[in-house]
Amino acid sequence: MSVYFPQKKLPYLLVLPQLVITAIFFLWPAGQAVLQAFYREDAFGLSQQFVGLENFVDLFQDPLYYKSMMVTMVFSFSVAFLGIAVALWLAVMADRVIRGKMVYQTLLVWPYAVAPALAGVLWWILFDPNIGPVALFLDRIGLHWNHFLDGDQAMILVVISATWKQISYNFLFFLAGLQAIPRSLIEAAAIDGASSFKRFWDIVFPLLSPTTFFLLVVNLVYAFFETFGVIDTTTQGGPDGSTNTLVYKVFKDGFIGLDSGGSAAQSIVLMAIVGLMTVIQFRFIERKVQY
Amino acid sequence: MRKLMLATSVLGLSIASSSFAATQIEWWHAMGGANGEKLNEIVKEFNDSQTQYTVDPVFKGTYTETMTSAIAAFRAHKQPAIVQVFEVGTATMMAAKGAVYPVYKLMQDTKADFDPNAYLSSVTSYYSDVDGNMLSMPFNSSTPVLYYNKEMFKKAGLTSAPKTWEEVESYSKKLLASGAQCGFTTGWQSWVQLENLSARHDVAFASNDDGFAGLDTNLLFNSPLQVKHISKMREWQQNGIFSYGGRRSDSAPKFYSQQCAMYTGSSSAFGGMTRNAKFDFGVSSLPYWASEVKQPNNTIIGGASLWVLQGKDKAEYQAAAAFLHFLSTPEIQAQWHQFTGYLPITHAAYELTKKEGFYQSHPGTEAAVLQMTASEPTVNSRGLRLGNFVQIRDVINGALESVWSGKESPQAALDTAVKRGDVLLRKFEKAHN
Repeated sequence: MSVYFPQKKLPYLLVLPQLVITAIFFLWPAGQAVLQAFYREDAFGLSQQFVGLENFVDLFQDPLYYKSMMVTMVFSFSVAFLGIAVALWLAVMADRVIRGKMVYQTLLVWPYAVAPALAGVLWWILFDPNIGPVALFLDRIGLHWNHFLDGDQAMILVVISATWKQISYNFLFFLAGLQAIPRSLIEAAAIDGASSFKRFWDIVFPLLSPTTFFLLVVNLVYAFFETFGVIDTTTQGGPDGSTNTLVYKVFKDGFIGLDSGGSAAQSIVLMAIVGLMTVIQFRFIERKVQY
Repeated sequence: MRKLMLATSVLGLSIASSSFAATQIEWWHAMGGANGEKLNEIVKEFNDSQTQYTVDPVFKGTYTETMTSAIAAFRAHKQPAIVQVFEVGTATMMAAKGAVYPVYKLMQDTKADFDPNAYLSSVTSYYSDVDGNMLSMPFNSSTPVLYYNKEMFKKAGLTSAPKTWEEVESYSKKLLASGAQCGFTTGWQSWVQLENLSARHDVAFASNDDGFAGLDTNLLFNSPLQVKHISKMREWQQNGIFSYGGRRSDSAPKFYSQQCAMYTGSSSAFGGMTRNAKFDFGVSSLPYWASEVKQPNNTIIGGASLWVLQGKDKAEYQAAAAFLHFLSTPEIQAQWHQFTGYLPITHAAYELTKKEGFYQSHPGTEAAVLQMTASEPTVNSRGLRLGNFVQIRDVINGALESVWSGKESPQAALDTAVKRGDVLLRKFEKAHN
């Protein structure tokens, strides 16, 4: 049986606020970006010149842009993988705890409340090669830490700082997912003599796959777009561009370099990449998900 | 009807009151902390000194943030009358002809008391056009100097600061032998070790008189002098004489914690030094290669200047001119110089500070001024005028980092940096013709 609304306009009216918000805060600025990408403009906007695809051509002729792409891939997949793996492990552990469960769970969720820029500052102080306690400790055990000079170390630093916060978020979802798995399934497997590893791998993990898939998408989007605060406070994209991710480059070229056309072209490419990735994920990975 | 009457009377009142009020202008700046408080104090002194004008200082964050928000505000027609812009933003401001009201012109148009010769030429040259007209008002200028740890020097049997890079090398060897972890470290590597290196040795950093003569400039910092210096620094990085510690002033803690015995950095770091260095330290001039020049040039400045923006009315420009005049008076300048460690921008302020005995009671504070005024600036030591300079510095930083880490040879790294920098200059040139 279906229900009919007497007025035809009411449903539109009800979704109108959301549409207006989307239009003002997404469509309009995104449209501006698309327009800007075809112009060359001085910083103050005093002169504007239509240049067609020149901004894009410049971009794809720039070897640094390809480097930035590689950096972004390494960074995003490391963040997503590490964040999901550690959170899953912690959630499984926290789910097993009998005493003081709430304490563990609360403490593990806590870091999520820390603002990204603040988290960056925190890690920056810890790892600062000149004053950071962690860096000094590593030096003492013979591992020379200087992320101002060593690109790999800089990458490790930004991956850790970006992941740390996200672990809490992932943890929350995994914990909820674990609690939704019927006890009877696990008990039945245990009676059949399945080891705890086997129980996890054959029952728990497949049942968690919708959560894992959801988190994969969310984490990749997070790593692509929202990690710029962390990078800004720790490495500013350095040394020699080894942590200059695409989104950070957009910021740097647009807001510091004041090159609005080039920066707009980059954000369009970035938008396309993430769109494409999301499509691929839904197309190919989601098939393996069991709801 | 009654509403309308009310509205008109409110309107009338507000018009009436505004005609009595002082003209108010905003000044956007990037001075935080103690310097910011001092700035507010100076503005208050101005506001209290007369009744016609009020200046409203607004702290906008870092230099970059201040400049970008002023630009965004200009595009939205909400710009302040005066904005503080750092030295690397100079070319961008200069190229924005319709956005900037040149200071020399403002002073002329408002018939303000203004004598360009009162200012230190090595400071104003950075902000003047080819004909020598001051386009912005210098406010807080600094220049690189060498700080050294007197206690570590004593332990190594050294009695004075090194004057040349040759001495930096030989002194550092003695320092390392006496137990120091590193000889020296540097802040702001592009500014100190390339831009000032070039100026000091009278070698061009870029064509077109370091960018002063036009927009079709090419970078030239991959010539033998710079390559030699950077090669030497790489050698020093490998044998412990030099230790790299970050792009900005991130390396200063290496000096504070007595890991490194010397630090080349901004003269405006003096205040921070006094607070953080728990040992006796000295300030000396920035070293030069004795094998390259007999008499080094002046060093060039860093820091920021004040730009007046277009789109305000006459009364507001009167206020801006009066305020800029006030800032240049010897008393205010001397106060600011002594408190912050920035250079005095007028001869009178320098003389006043000298007369007050400040340099005697604060040894080391004069080193920067002397180094700046030792010689008349040449075309290679007036300063740099490069578009997209913020990004060019970024390119240079990346190149130097790849040299320090041993990934690339100095020549190759500087060649790449020049090539990438030229691309940025071409981009700037295209956007401004």
